[in-house]
Amino acid sequence: MRSIILRTGARYICALMLVFSVYMLLRGHNEPGGGFIGGLIGGTAFALYAIGCSVAEARRALRVLPQNVAVAGLGIALLAGLMAGLDGDAFFEGQWLFLGGEVPGTYSKGALPLSSVLVFDIGVYLVVFGSVATLVFAMEEEI
Amino acid sequence: MAGAQGRNGIVAGWLPVAIAAALFAFFVSLAPEVAAGRAPAVSWDWLPSLGIAFGFRVDGLALTFALLISGIGALVLLYSNAYLAGHPQYARFALFLTSFMLAMLGLVLAADLIALFVFWELTTITSYLLIGFIHEDPKSRRNALQALFVTGGGALAMLAGFILIGMAAGTFDIAAINAAGLQAHPWYGAILVLMLIGAFTKSAQVPLHFWLPNAMAAPTPVSAFLHSATMVKGGVYLLARLHPSLSGTEAWLWSLTLFGGATAVFASLQAMRQTDLKQALAYTTLMALGTLVLLLGQSTGYALTAFAAFLVVHSLYKAALFLVVGCVDHETGTRQVGVLGGLLRPMPATALAAALAALSMAGIPPLLGFIAKEIAYASAAQSFAPLLVAATLLAANVLMVAVAGVVAIGPFWQRARGPLPKAPHEAPWAMLAGPLLLAALGLGLGLLPGPVQTYLVDPVVLGALGPGAVPAELKLWAGVNLALVLSGVTLALGIAVWLARGAARRALERALGALPSLDAGWDGFMDGLKAFAVWQTRIIQGGRLRVYMATMFVVVAAAVGGSMLLRGALPAWPDLSDVTPQNVVLLGLIGAGSVLAAFTGSRILAMAALGVTGIGVAMTFIVFSAPDVAITQLLVETLIVVLVAVALLRLPQLDPTGRPSFRPWDAALAAAVGIGTTLVLLAVLQQPLDLSLTAFFEAASYPEAFGRNIVNVILVDFRALDTFGEIAVVVIAALSSYALLRTTAPVWGRGPGGTRR
Amino acid sequence: MEELTAVLIGLLTACAVYLMLARNVLRFIFGLVLISNAANLVIFLGGRLTAGAPPLIESGQTAPPPGVANALPQALVLTAIVIGFGLFAFALILMFRAHATLGTLDSEEMRLAEPRPDLRAVDEADAMPADAEDPMPATDEAATDEASGAAR
Repeated sequence: MRSIILRTGARYICALMLVFSVYMLLRGHNEPGGGFIGGLIGGTAFALYAIGCSVAEARRALRVLPQNVAVAGLGIALLAGLMAGLDGDAFFEGQWLFLGGEVPGTYSKGALPLSSVLVFDIGVYLVVFGSVATLVFAMEEEI
Repeated sequence: MAGAQGRNGIVAGWLPVAIAAALFAFFVSLAPEVAAGRAPAVSWDWLPSLGIAFGFRVDGLALTFALLISGIGALVLLYSNAYLAGHPQYARFALFLTSFMLAMLGLVLAADLIALFVFWELTTITSYLLIGFIHEDPKSRRNALQALFVTGGGALAMLAGFILIGMAAGTFDIAAINAAGLQAHPWYGAILVLMLIGAFTKSAQVPLHFWLPNAMAAPTPVSAFLHSATMVKGGVYLLARLHPSLSGTEAWLWSLTLFGGATAVFASLQAMRQTDLKQALAYTTLMALGTLVLLLGQSTGYALTAFAAFLVVHSLYKAALFLVVGCVDHETGTRQVGVLGGLLRPMPATALAAALAALSMAGIPPLLGFIAKEIAYASAAQSFAPLLVAATLLAANVLMVAVAGVVAIGPFWQRARGPLPKAPHEAPWAMLAGPLLLAALGLGLGLLPGPVQTYLVDPVVLGALGPGAVPAELKLWAGVNLALVLSGVTLALGIAVWLARGAARRALERALGALPSLDAGWDGFMDGLKAFAVWQTRIIQGGRLRVYMATMFVVVAAAVGGSMLLRGALPAWPDLSDVTPQNVVLLGLIGAGSVLAAFTGSRILAMAALGVTGIGVAMTFIVFSAPDVAITQLLVETLIVVLVAVALLRLPQLDPTGRPSFRPWDAALAAAVGIGTTLVLLAVLQQPLDLSLTAFFEAASYPEAFGRNIVNVILVDFRALDTFGEIAVVVIAALSSYALLRTTAPVWGRGPGGTRR
Repeated sequence: MEELTAVLIGLLTACAVYLMLARNVLRFIFGLVLISNAANLVIFLGGRLTAGAPPLIESGQTAPPPGVANALPQALVLTAIVIGFGLFAFALILMFRAHATLGTLDSEEMRLAEPRPDLRAVDEADAMPADAEDPMPATDEAATDEASGAAR
């Protein structure tokens, strides 16, 4: 069932999909996308890699255990929620930091907005990515 | 027992004693203020929306109990440190006992009914842990569980009563409730019954008394502290606490008098019959609780004075006697009346403590017990049924005198009747300090009853009866009156019974042995409960997935369809004018996919059909303006197909014959659920839609959360906490799946042909 | 259009229920996938259908144009889809493992934890002392007998 075309292609497609997944994650706040979608794309990329080459190779490529990625993501999401506590705001209230000059005519107070909301979305991305990879790898290894 | 060699360490051994002593000192410092009629209080909001506060208030009644709890607690903890010296689990024991003491203090100081209930349950739980402390012994575990169930069940009734009181009075604040009174409220009857169940289970009134003698399975310091001086008085405390708002009615008077009187007489007869010193003391505790309840039934100054005085004196002498029995048990290895004797010479200090405490218990001047008994007799004369109350008190007190003789004279002053398991010698100082101090207090306060009157009795009486009440005066010599005559009769009859104790015991053994045993009934009840649980589990959880599912779906179909039919809420005929051909094709694709998945016998076909359905649903999301959802749905469908395809490599055909069988009954049920769903949805669609939340999100998404994709802003900002919970679920699902696959090795080859590797 | 979707959801639900009532647990899991889809559509439909107006704010604007699709049910459905996937994956792997251990996909024959009453009586007599309190024996011998019995 191992096709040479799939095996050769899987590596490049996987890399492309990973880049795309990060793109989807980052643009999510303003256009369709976000942590859930990004994470699913990333997980699918590694599922493809595992099917095209082998789970062992996919695991090597990932370097860390996927379940650790998922749990780390959960921790990051929690941290994003706790960041509100520094300002005395309610748990999970968004915190914003605007870098760069003010952009006229918009509500955005800086050219590069950073926020705890983005951190939270990254946590969601890692959770979904790690969980999907965990499930697919485990299932593939059973066969 | 490791004897004096063992050490318990500073933290476990001495810290609890220090805590208790510090608390005692603190409460002593509050005494003058309380005696002056003030009630120091602190309070925090707890559940303001329900009108529940978390507060403490130190009034006379609370202070009396708090002094007893912390003072006796300090002595008992000191005692335990020597009694269980070197016990490997002493730290655990000290923790339980200290927690119990703090919970008990919380109970008596609580200013709010709900806080009181919480502390009440905490005492129940810590008491359970302490009774079952010797957990290797199944009997000890069983008795602990019995105490937990009986008192816990009573507490549930009490909680219901508290809620009724809260609704009737409009507040949970005890002082406010007592100021308003509940006697005239239409729910008074129900409230009274529920309160009595709670109080009578905790304070072990007949017929709910059977757990208390069994609770003596605990180590002796626990019995001394919980089951004579403090916890069992919790029920009495509750009745005294709510005395202003519940007392004064016929129902209150009769129920407390009858139950208290019956308990007092029954328990003193039982006490006379016991040959184990600890069991005898356990039943005299029951008798004291009965007497306290009886006295609370009345509302005269004399009765309440007698209540407060007897409460104090009983705690002093009973704790002392339990501790003495603990010393005897510790040093000789037995508690049997028939064996013990001749301990005066080897254990003189213990004998002195026993004698003083027993004299107080028997009510002999000049001890405090005498004064309390005098006032109790005097209150009987003022009561609604002087003859009944006086006769009950007389009968109980006569037997108390006899039991006091059995406990204090037998082991020390009579000759030894057999070889003792251990050669007796005097107990260590830490074990003597408690009983000697408590017994000496009984004597000292009898000679000088002034402090008891000022700081303990008067505040209790005034708190219960209001500022106009007149407490009786505590004094040793009140002249020749009816009470003194009754005291003399009591003493004479008591000594007579003691002299004839062998015959009395045999007679009681015959008479009481014939009674049905509530303890055995309890075991039968528990066995029946377990059998019922097994029976109903087999009915409800037969272990067949199909039955569970069918039950669920039948209920859903009946609840949905039935309620729509009953209420006549069937939707109007839908308007289908806006249907476009493209959408019909799309929906038709989804429908066809699902029908095919349901009825095909081929695994691959079913998987493909599921894929068609999923992608059709994704397209529906695209058509109806949900790009984020559509992308998610597409990706998830892809992954589902991948996982199913992998699984199918290892799984057998769907049907052994290769052809699916049609199941008409299942199809009928499925159709009913499906039609019900459609009807509900149609009805929902014909209702107006509340868009206020959506409008808020649309308006706030950019100005407040700086995001242009409203769906994502809702997910990661407005509802971030929900999303956090949801991703936690995803992680849990992944981790548990992983664990499921990793931890158990597959057992290939068991199954039918085709699955072998 | 919304009414027609409601009818379709009814059909999806009916198919899902029919599948979930089957003895074969693989069919049960197919039913699980279908009923998740149906539930998601219910939530989506509850917020009403709007064609061609996704809930996005144009660049330069501070609010979406009026008449845009309802964003709230979309957010709810999005997480529901991902959680539904987690549930599906867990159920699939549970079933997979059950098949590997018990050798059957028939839910009527999966009786490891709750043996049939007729078999249970025999197990109790064999494995349990007469005065044991636990009425639900789950000893290893009983489990192994069950599993091999099911496989026969």
